[in-house]
Order: sequence, then C-alpha cells, then structure tokens
Amino acid sequence: MQRRKLEETVVKGLMIASLGLIVLFLAGIIFVIVLRGARALTWQMIFQTPHGGYYLGQGGGVANAIVGSLYLTGGASVVSLLLALPIAFALQREYASRSFARFTRLALDVLWGMPSIVYGAFGFVIMVWLGLRASLLGGIIALSLLMLPIMTRAMEEIIDMIPRELKEISYSLGATRLETTLAVVLRQALPGVVTAAMLAFGRGIGDAASILFTAGYTDYVPRSLFDPAASLPLAVFFQIGTPIPEVQERAYASALILLLIVLAVNLLSRLLSLRFSRNTIR
Amino acid sequence: MPHISVQNLTLRYGAREALRHVTLDIPDGRITAIIGPSGCGKTTLLKSLNRLTDLNEEVSADGAVLIDGENIFDPAADVLALRKKLGYLSQRPFPLPMSIYDNITYGPRIHAMKRLTSLTRLGDFIKQHEVPGFDVDAALRAAAGQKHGARDLLVEFYLRLASLWDEVRDRLHTPASRLSIGQQQRLALARTLAVEPEAILADEPTSALDPISAKLIETQFQALKKNYSIIVVTHILRQARRIADYVVFLYLGELIEHGPAAEFFADPKDPRTRAYISGEIS
Repeated sequence: MQRRKLEETVVKGLMIASLGLIVLFLAGIIFVIVLRGARALTWQMIFQTPHGGYYLGQGGGVANAIVGSLYLTGGASVVSLLLALPIAFALQREYASRSFARFTRLALDVLWGMPSIVYGAFGFVIMVWLGLRASLLGGIIALSLLMLPIMTRAMEEIIDMIPRELKEISYSLGATRLETTLAVVLRQALPGVVTAAMLAFGRGIGDAASILFTAGYTDYVPRSLFDPAASLPLAVFFQIGTPIPEVQERAYASALILLLIVLAVNLLSRLLSLRFSRNTIR
Repeated sequence: MPHISVQNLTLRYGAREALRHVTLDIPDGRITAIIGPSGCGKTTLLKSLNRLTDLNEEVSADGAVLIDGENIFDPAADVLALRKKLGYLSQRPFPLPMSIYDNITYGPRIHAMKRLTSLTRLGDFIKQHEVPGFDVDAALRAAAGQKHGARDLLVEFYLRLASLWDEVRDRLHTPASRLSIGQQQRLALARTLAVEPEAILADEPTSALDPISAKLIETQFQALKKNYSIIVVTHILRQARRIADYVVFLYLGELIEHGPAAEFFADPKDPRTRAYISGEIS
C-alpha cells in the first residue's frame, strides 16, 4: 500500500517537472529573444527596406522580409487550404475505402516528417522544369509542399472525430454525401479546420530551408509572383552570421517580429475558432 | 401512408448475420414496437427499412423490403426519396450544427420543397393536421406580408407539432446544441416531420431522456399515428405495452413472434416470447 502511494507521488512529481521544463524552455526562448532583440526593434526595422550598407550596420529595416514572409506563407496557406480541405473530405468513409484512407494517412505522415530542405530541393527541380528562377511563386510552391501534409492530416483528424450519428441524421433526412459534407461536416469541423490552417501557417512561416533556393532573397519587396522574395527566417540567418554586434542585434529583432506574427496569427485563429464553434455539437 | 412489407430479409455485416429470414407486414397507421434483447437485430431491422444500414461497411442483404410494392434493395431504387419518405429518429438526439430554425429548414431546403416559399401550398398542408392552440388562418394572414413568411410559418408549424414552439419561440436563431436533451429530441422529431415523411422510424427514442421528456415523446407518437405509421424500437417492455398497437419480437436475429399488442402480451405463443415477457431473459 505504502509503495503504491509512493509511486503515485513520484509519477506526479515527474509530470510536474516535465511541465515546468516546457514552460521554462518557452520562457527562456522569449526572454533571450526579447533581451537581445528589443533594443533594435524600431519602427524603422518594421517599415523600411534595407538601405545601402544595412548589413554593415547602416540604416533601414527588414520590411522586405516581413512582407516577403507574409506573401510566401499567405500564398502557400491559400494553396494548401484549397487542396487540403477536399483531400480531408475525400478521406471520409463515405468516399474512401478503409485501406485507401489508411495508405493516404501513412503517406501524409511520412511527408509531415520529411526534412524541409528536401522540399526545397524538390521545389527547385520543379522550378527548373517550369523555367522559373528563384521567385515568390517558386517559394510558394515549395512551402505549399511543406504545409499541405500538415494541414491535410490535422483536418482529416478533426473530420474523422465527427460522430457518425451526426452524419447519419443528415443522411436520414435524404441528404447526399456532398450536402452532408458541406452543410454538416464542414460546419462541425470548422473550428478544427481553422486550427489546422494555423498550425500549418506556423510551420510555414518559420521555415528557412524550403525557401532557401526557391524564393531567393532580395532587399526589395516583391512586386510580382516572379520576383524573388525575402523572408524573416533567412533575414535572421543572414544577419546573425555577421561579426557586427548591431547587425546581430537586428537578427534577434527579426526573430522577435517573427515570434509576434506567429503569436498574432495564433490569437486570431483562436478567436475565429471560438466564433465558429458557436453552433458545433459537443 | 406507405405499406411496408419485409420479405425473407437476411442482412449480414461481413460474415455475421444480423437478421435471418425475416418476413413481416407492418400495419399502416399504427404504432409498431420492435422489442427484444440487446443485439438481437432490432435496430438493424429498423435501419434496413430506409437503408441507413448502407452506412455500415460490408453490409449485404438478401430478400426484399417492399414499400408500396417497390423493393428498396433494387439497385435502381431511389435511396434519397426513400429516406425522405421514412423519417428517422435516433436514439441520442443530435441537433445539426446550426440554429434551431436552420435545423427545421435543412430537410425542406435540400429537397427544394415548394412549401418553403409558397404559403398556399403550406397552408393546404397545415390544415390537414390538428395542432391544439394554433390558429392557422390567423398565422397565414400574418405570414402573408412577411419576406420569409412561408419559411417562418413552416418552422413554427413543425415546432408546434412537436410541442416545442412555446419553449423556443424567442430563440429560434440560437444554436440548437444549447437545448436540453429532451428538447433536442423534440427538435429532432420536428426536423424529421419537416421533410414530410409518411412513416416514422424511431430507434429507442426515449432511452437518453428523462421521464418527463420521454412521456412527451410518447404522447406525441399517440397524436401522430393519425397521419403516420410509426415503428419504434424499444427495449423497455413497459413502453411497448403503453404505446404499441402491434408488437414484433426479435431474438438473436430471428423473428420469433408478432401480432396485435393485446394478443401478443396476453397470450404469447413461443416459449422464448413468454420467457422475455415474464423477465426470465432480458
């Protein structure tokens, strides 16, 4: 009896310790980035593109990378969403056989775990094949490849959790599969769909390897899909690699901007999710 | 009212036979109770009548179910029309993930029913029903000037028919999921009736409800049998005694005995029926 209680206490202690560790990591990341980046985070950083000699400590900011990142990830999010939602719907039992769905899930899981540099390399091949050079479009293609499996798998998981009886109600009223999917399944899954999109957005905006040679880098804001595009992860990478302390500081400021964007998107998706869950059945 | 006739129906899930050679004529305009122990095929028999069994994997059926002389298992049979004709009420009420109002209009919308927009059509139909305390002519006059007069009146009529109107008239556009479970079941009844079925299939419709809500549903059924054939699956013998005009007893997938309720309970023929009624098996 005594031993079993001791086990209980020890395991509970371990749980609390691991929770503490996670919180500590998160706090540590935010602390370091804010500490080293906050001083360099000025309006100029956010709203100006790099001036001449920026990477040697002269004036300007990373507006090119902020806009570039938003274009790249925004574009890739739209592309992924347009593909992920139909795929997730198609994996429902009504449409796909069990073995087909299982195989697709496995494939998506493998893709989810693929290192992003592989997507970059693959995206590069597609670009060459299409006759594109490093551009916003190339980056969007590579990022979409990276984000699609994440979004699809997360959405599919949500859709799979919808009670069968709920769909049965729709069918029993004489609805078709499509009517049921659009009117009942989509409504019920909408909060989860938003969360899935946000998850993929977060992965996408922070990824450097997939856009390294597909989107390129530029000091200008891209004006068309065929212009190269800068991005925040690469801005961090380039600035942190210099020996100049001011520029290194700006690298942390860029990372802080990235963090704030992810945080803002996260909050927005929470709000949307909450709004969409008004009608859902628990 | 449609005439339902089951002829030598055998239904399998994979290799397992859930129903074996069931032959049965269901009396029109009556409440028929399907009784029997758990797992004896009650629900399967009920759901095979409007082919909701199709939603299960690896279902196969031999024999026939004739509805107004047409075999519903015929490959050319119109399943959507069949399900519209035989309304279904599930064990646990599931509101669709939308407002109370939209729950009612969902069915009429997918079938593009004329009465959603035509007050004349709706009026003619409503007058065939008796709803206590509902002044149809006054309601029709009031609806005539409104933009969505017909639709609003349709919602009111079916909510009254299921005696839910007085409880929800002020919150028609709030999520249906906020209703109590008893109200949800009456909403489900209204939603089912709104597609204008000719018979109602109910799968243990009171088993998730409190006694008062359960009583309300039973009373509803008594009132509705004037216009509809009602088939109720129940494992509550007392409920079958209370409401049924005709009783069907299934045991381990086989039809053991069926007949008018009075006769069935007073003088059961088969020893298994006697054992079940006396409570020796349950």
